[in-house]
Amino acid sequence: MDNRDVILHVDHMTKRFGDLLVLNDISFDVRKGEFLCIVGPTGCGKTTFLNCITGLYELSDGQILVNGEPVDTRKHNIAYIFQEYSTMSWLTVEQNVAFGLKIKNVPKAVIDKEVAEVLEMVGLTKYKDYYPVELSTSMLQRVVIARAFATKPDILLMDEPYGQLDVELRFRLEDELLNLWRKLGTTVIFITHNIEEAVYLSENILVLTNKPTSIKQELKNPLPQPRNVVAPEFVEIRNKVTDLIKWW
Amino acid sequence: MKKKKSNYWYLSILSIVAFLLIWWLCCNVLKMTKESTLPGPVTIAETFMEKMTSTAPDGATLPQHIISSLQIAMGGWALGVVIGTPLGIFMAWYKKVDLFARPVFDLLRPVPGLAWIPLMIILFGIGITSKIVTVFLSAFVPCVLNSYTGIRQTRDVHLWVGKTFGATNFQMLRYIAIPTALPLVMTGIRVALGASWTCIVAAEMLASTKGLGYMIQQARGIYRPDIIICGMIAIGIIGALFSAVLSLIENAVVKGVRKE
Repeated sequence: MDNRDVILHVDHMTKRFGDLLVLNDISFDVRKGEFLCIVGPTGCGKTTFLNCITGLYELSDGQILVNGEPVDTRKHNIAYIFQEYSTMSWLTVEQNVAFGLKIKNVPKAVIDKEVAEVLEMVGLTKYKDYYPVELSTSMLQRVVIARAFATKPDILLMDEPYGQLDVELRFRLEDELLNLWRKLGTTVIFITHNIEEAVYLSENILVLTNKPTSIKQELKNPLPQPRNVVAPEFVEIRNKVTDLIKWW
Repeated sequence: MKKKKSNYWYLSILSIVAFLLIWWLCCNVLKMTKESTLPGPVTIAETFMEKMTSTAPDGATLPQHIISSLQIAMGGWALGVVIGTPLGIFMAWYKKVDLFARPVFDLLRPVPGLAWIPLMIILFGIGITSKIVTVFLSAFVPCVLNSYTGIRQTRDVHLWVGKTFGATNFQMLRYIAIPTALPLVMTGIRVALGASWTCIVAAEMLASTKGLGYMIQQARGIYRPDIIICGMIAIGIIGALFSAVLSLIENAVVKGVRKE
């Protein structure tokens, strides 16, 4: 049994846009330090789901609690990695990574220290004075990930961050992400439509249904890491998730 | 890209040389026009040197005229930038400011700067004030328009990033929207300087006692095309210098764009 504290408590989350019901009565818990993957068919409202958790959208019904309090991005330390490229073109790599800390009015000395650490972890120290136009796609995504980790978020939300990368890069960045997660003990909620990716990364998997979205099933993924994508146990879980998504 | 540019810089010099050569051929060699109607480049150079120190026939030397025009153009331009840029930014960022200021702005926008001159002369006379206000109005419009458009280009995803980090509305304006708008704001400031310069010369032609426009207008009255052309050349050189200096500043201020 998982006896870590509950950090995120989603309670009957419901979201309507006018008459359109998008999220239908979703409840689940995320524990501190957990790596949760959320998978579901394309267009099932995964992004809406995350946007509700961060409070970008207001819920129509239900509530979301972080450490027992209603979610508030000013109070709770939440970072979000979006599907689109979100580095800021007018900032250097270093300044991009420092962005979240600056918004949170962290003292300059602390920012410098944290940023240097994170840059080292993702291997961007050499490129700290570069501007985004001078970097490759994979480095840009690293900058975004470094920016999120630099704030030491209680919860890190990731919306298909590797969706547009090629396979080799994706594998590399996934391993990097797992390393950071282990080192920093961050709680990660990772949305993807790639089942293999979900099984490779997660401790738990939440499978969503088509719209109106609800939870189809919550799966444990106890495979030891590092995982082998062709091992029979891996394939077994992958097929199980695939079946859950295919069957509607 | 960079290499190519530095290798072919002589092309830019060549165009100026070619222009002078054709001018010289037409006027001095082929004698297509009378020297008293359209003088050749040599005469212009002579007049130019003479006008550097001579106050005849319009009461001031060329540098004095230039300084007079510059003062008014820079004054009006600075006012336009200082008032226009923030207004554009606030209009784009705060819906209520937009709703409040837009109708008046939309009405004023199509009125060319020069169309204000008659009214300004009645209000302020032909002194410095009427021209500064006129120049201000021509500089103000591009500053507002460009900063407005620039702020509107802010990407949603950047605002979401700010929001999830807990940014206040003002932080999002300061750290996300304004940096996004900066390239266009700089363009607006440059366009405004060009507009100010054009406007001041025209304004001086209509009502003035000094300045390049006045010098040209006086020269027309006494049939001195050489002075007219000297004035035009001075206007051209200064306008080009303005543009070049502001491009340098723009390059230094605007970060992270691909350099040509």
